[in-house]
Amino acid sequence: MAESRVNLQQPVTQIATEIYDMHTLMLVICMVIFIAVFGVMFWSVFAHRKSKGAVAAHFHENTTVEIVWTVVPVLILLGMAYPATKTVIAMKDTSNPDITIKATGYQWKWGYDYLKGEGEGVKLISNLSTPSEQLDGRQAKGDNYLLEVDQPLVVPVGKKIRILTTANDVIHAWWVPALGVKQDAIPGFIRDTWFRADKEGVFRGNCAELCGKDHGFMPIEVHVVSAEKYAAWVAEKKGAQAASADDPNKVWDLADLKVRGEKVFAANCAACHQADGKGLPPAFPPLDGSAVVQGPKIAQIDTVLKGREGTAMAAFGKQLSDTDIAAVITYTRNTWGNHTGEAIQPTEIAAAR
Amino acid sequence: MAAVIPDHLHDHHHHGPTGLMRWITTTNHKDIGTMYMIFSFIMFLSGGVMALTIRAELFQPGLQVVQPEFFNQLTSMHGLVMVFGAIMPAFVGFANWQIPLMIGASDMAFARMNNWSFWLLPPAAILLLGSFFVPGGAMAAGWTMYAPLSVQMGMGMDMAIFAIHIMGISSIMGAINIVVTVLNMRAPGMTMMKMPLFCWTWLITAYLLIAVMPVLAGAVTMVLTDRHFGTSFFNAAGGGDPVLYQHVFWFFGHPEVYIMILPAFGIISEIIPTFARKPLFGYASMVYATASIAILSFTVWAHHMFTTGMPAVGQLFFMYATMLIAVPTGVKVFNWVATMWRGSLTFETPMLWATGFIFVFTIGGFTGLICAVAPIDIQLQDTYYVVAHFHYVLVAGSLFALFAGAYYWLPKWTGHMADERLGKIHFWCSMVFFNITFFPMHFLGLAGMPRRIPDYALQFADFNAMATIGAFGFGFSQLIFIVVLVKCVKGGEKAAARAWEGAHGLEWTVPSPAPHHTFEVPPVVK
Amino acid sequence: MSQTYEKYFVPEPSRYPIFGSIALLLIASGAVMWLNKVGSGPWTLAIGFAVLIYMLFGWFGQVVRESEGGSYGKNVDASFRWSMGWFIFSEVMFFAAFFGALFYIRVLGLPWLADSDNSLLWPGFSAAWPSAGPLVEDPFTPMAAWGIPAINTLILLTSGATLTWAHWGMMKENRGQLKAGLFLTILLGAIFLSLQIYEYMHAYHEMNLKLTSGIYGSTFFMLTGFHGLHVTIGAIMLTVMLFRVIAGHFSKEHHFAFEATAWYWHFVDVVWLMLFVVVYWL
Ligand code: HEA
Ligand code: HEA
Ligand code: HEC
Ligand code: CUA
Ligand SMILES: [Cu+2]
Repeated sequence: MAESRVNLQQPVTQIATEIYDMHTLMLVICMVIFIAVFGVMFWSVFAHRKSKGAVAAHFHENTTVEIVWTVVPVLILLGMAYPATKTVIAMKDTSNPDITIKATGYQWKWGYDYLKGEGEGVKLISNLSTPSEQLDGRQAKGDNYLLEVDQPLVVPVGKKIRILTTANDVIHAWWVPALGVKQDAIPGFIRDTWFRADKEGVFRGNCAELCGKDHGFMPIEVHVVSAEKYAAWVAEKKGAQAASADDPNKVWDLADLKVRGEKVFAANCAACHQADGKGLPPAFPPLDGSAVVQGPKIAQIDTVLKGREGTAMAAFGKQLSDTDIAAVITYTRNTWGNHTGEAIQPTEIAAAR
Repeated sequence: MAAVIPDHLHDHHHHGPTGLMRWITTTNHKDIGTMYMIFSFIMFLSGGVMALTIRAELFQPGLQVVQPEFFNQLTSMHGLVMVFGAIMPAFVGFANWQIPLMIGASDMAFARMNNWSFWLLPPAAILLLGSFFVPGGAMAAGWTMYAPLSVQMGMGMDMAIFAIHIMGISSIMGAINIVVTVLNMRAPGMTMMKMPLFCWTWLITAYLLIAVMPVLAGAVTMVLTDRHFGTSFFNAAGGGDPVLYQHVFWFFGHPEVYIMILPAFGIISEIIPTFARKPLFGYASMVYATASIAILSFTVWAHHMFTTGMPAVGQLFFMYATMLIAVPTGVKVFNWVATMWRGSLTFETPMLWATGFIFVFTIGGFTGLICAVAPIDIQLQDTYYVVAHFHYVLVAGSLFALFAGAYYWLPKWTGHMADERLGKIHFWCSMVFFNITFFPMHFLGLAGMPRRIPDYALQFADFNAMATIGAFGFGFSQLIFIVVLVKCVKGGEKAAARAWEGAHGLEWTVPSPAPHHTFEVPPVVK
Repeated sequence: MSQTYEKYFVPEPSRYPIFGSIALLLIASGAVMWLNKVGSGPWTLAIGFAVLIYMLFGWFGQVVRESEGGSYGKNVDASFRWSMGWFIFSEVMFFAAFFGALFYIRVLGLPWLADSDNSLLWPGFSAAWPSAGPLVEDPFTPMAAWGIPAINTLILLTSGATLTWAHWGMMKENRGQLKAGLFLTILLGAIFLSLQIYEYMHAYHEMNLKLTSGIYGSTFFMLTGFHGLHVTIGAIMLTVMLFRVIAGHFSKEHHFAFEATAWYWHFVDVVWLMLFVVVYWL
């Protein structure tokens, strides 16, 4: 971490540079005014003390001075507003992007869809990868503690990247300081922002809008790479995506579903319902022994697919494939104290959608 | 409860219930003012204990003290309790005690309603603090309670909503009382432009309260119906918009921050001339500046929402309007400095706090201005920079002004001078520890530490440790104030009617402590 | 400055405020319990309201006695005027929050939901008002302006006139006219409310228009519902005035309670006009 600890992070985009410089300028102006005003004040604190024999003057008005110290600040503010206005307009210009990526905030992870431009069709879900042992102090904390993810966002250097933000549940915010970007992700709405990174490297950020329990644990990691590396990455991703695409009609057996379901559960459900299925009642109910999980499967399929309106239980129908949902439901119904013995098939999920 | 007005001071006019019933049924502005202040101090300590728990968790990276869920509850309740429980009632308490004394009225205009305004606060506090103990715990959506996170919360949220309704009723009644008292109860000859500045700032604050508390009530009511009755105000699927909540909330929220600072400006404007032994510089421009701040405060709310994705015109409008507020605020700062200039200054405890206030508040003002610049704010929004900004204006602003005012008027309230030595120690400890706590937060925010997180990346560790140490120092420094209060109530140097050499104004014409009933015959002001 | 000033009226200690606080605490906790299905919310709520009613009767009763007993001079009268004015202003701001929400949704929110970027999320959604949002499950019929709402507008406007007529009666010391005017006003208020209730039933049963009908239903019912609540409160206040008139209270010079009620009624009237224009008509 060669980053500054007392100032804005080293900028790597034009906008971030403008912001950096504007902040420096503001700081200097404010410092000058501060020193001037408090210079005067401390001089009178020092010199106009009763203990030094100071006798109070009687003036209590002076129209000229009062006008001056109204007008001069206005002028200073105009000077500040001018560069700011230019940057605001530049930040809002999201036209003609090379690549458009949709970033979706989930409680508590980011999903990325490459919508247009090179890499179109790539999809990934980006989860915090810091192990929980590091949080509890059972293991030494790594260098990128809390700022690392399993699947980073990868973008090419020098290209205009437009990020569309939205969310699935509550408001999140997509923020990478070095890129000069922060945009709220609002459920049900699409908002956009853009950046063009001038340098290759790894840039890290966080979710910047309180979004519930694990708000502090949904980082963003952006890898800015060369055009070639980017092309290679896209090819690899697409290959992997094609290979792992499941045949929706495949009939699975229980053991395979459980193995897969355990992974899906750890990535998607354990944040609330906990790895041991005990949940964090009353906010997050236990699945171990839950009547829904042990009851008729259609109720559980419905809960997972459509979520529960007005609670943190999200609709996973859009995020997860039929196979994943089938797997995770099978897993929950056949682990801990739950022994329904049922294997839920992807076709059943498709039917329930 | 008889902390500030000991019983032997009651003159023969006083009859009616005694003991606890006296406080429950009282219609006396001084009793009610005292209760407001005791209540707010208790809430300050409760909010402070929450803050210290937050700081303890943030002392080191990793999760040590509390779990994330509970951490969010603490942050949210700390904000709510401090804002609605500590700072606002404290200022209302000052208004109750001082406004009738300063304008020569015998009491507040609606003395019975005044009692109700106060006694609504304990139920609200019970609902707020009690929510920690219900299933699901307290509300954890931040003091701003943004939808749709607040729609997800458990029953703690409903308790917070009703608490806000009750506090809103209390504030509106309190504000109407103050407006009417100031407009209708002035002693003969006390024209508006002769009125002490504290009364002016409170008059304008009261208008702000009447205008925005109902809006907050509307906002939380919409959350309530979205939660329980299936409305879709903040739900896009039904045609609503989560950002709508933020607009309504901040239409309240921004004027709210001036509600917490304008009376502070008033207090400072009383103290500085007294200890400079020189009339306030630019009285009229102070009044106009206060009014301008209040009017502008209705046009800037969306500076809290620069990252929601407003259109460029929106961002520019709110940026310009916000920056403009620096002008009238600057006028105030300049006027205070000009009042000190060529005065005959002494630095008793109230003046120390007041001078400290100007110094540190201005830092907070400047960081506010930096936040106002939209592109910079996009980097700073929801980081510790904002936390630093608002603690500079709220703690070093509102709270310091409250202490300044308390030390200034304690002689009038108790009849004894406060312990100067302890008061000074209280000031210097607070000043030093305050800066140790909150100055590093600027750096944290700039370097990219988000707010409202229970755990953080390693590069933020040093400054967080520093802030935590400072916070405990600051917290324990406040215990000095308890000692000062107790000593001052129990005894100490007798205060003269005019407790401070340079003090002017009607409140200094009545004996110290002020008798239970004052100005039953209106004084005549020349 | 040799003017003589009347001694200002300061009430004796009173136990009513604390009852008011207890009432609100019970009401709030009762509502929380009810909404979250713990404990016996409805009972707590009911007790809360009972205490509140006791408090209102006691408190206002005392105010009435003080007023009729001549304790209030010109100064108190002026205080009452200021306070009622600012209280009504606070009510205006409460409605402003909901009107603002409606305005925001219609002018900004919905068009955003339907713009080209958002077609990613809500393909094919178009922002025509009235709207229940992109996930309408239940089609509904919006409320038309030119039926009952127009009649209701006439009723409320007329009630404003009858109230003014009653006030003239007060000023002419014509008690009969005063009583008749008040009675007519209350009657019109009651007809208004009955029609409103009929309209709601019609909406729920025949038009499938409900509180849950997306943002249209939300804004429609919340705005008209809060207005209806205020009409109810206003009508209760008017009824109290009628009883006081019958009991011989008020004089030509001294009747601010009546005037305050009239101000309130006119305010409710104006809110309705706004509602009629922006909720029903446009
Ligand atoms: C007492 C409370 C108080 C006060 C007085 C202020 C005063 C100001 N505030 Fe602050 N503010 C808060 C309380 C307060 N604020 C709170 C609580 C929040 C966070 C809420 C939350 O999200 O939880 C917040 C957040 C906040 C934000 C949003 C940050 C974000 O979330 O991204 C912004 C942005 O514009 C802002 C701006 C300002 C400005 C411009 C002023 C101005 O009024 C300051 C004016 C003063 C000066 C500028 C100094 C004196 C002037 C001179 C000496 C004159 C010469 C100067 C120049 C010409 C430069 N504030
Ligand atoms: C209005 C006033 C106000 C005041 C006075 C304070 C006072 C303090 N605040 Fe607060 N703060 C807010 C308003 C205020 N705050 C708001 C609005 C938020 C935003 C909330 C949100 O994000 O939603 C916030 C958020 C906030 C955060 C960010 C939390 C987060 O983002 O996760 C932090 C972190 O350090 C903090 C710290 C402190 C500290 C250390 C103090 C200190 O000044 C406190 C001093 C300590 C004491 C006074 C304790 C004294 C008592 C004892 C020592 C024990 C004795 C005990 C008994 C006698 C019972 N505050
Ligand atoms: C953001 C937190 C969160 C995540 C992530 C989450 N859930 Fe839930 N879940 C909840 C909450 C909260 C409820 C309770 C809803 C209610 O009160 O009706 C719930 C309820 C359930 C229930 C019904 C339990 C019962 O007894 O009523 C099931 C089954 C369930 N979740 C399964 C899952 C599965 C499977 C996943 C992962 C694919 C998952 N959940 C992920 C928060 C979450
Ligand atoms: Cu997602 Cu905070
Ligand atoms: Cu603001």
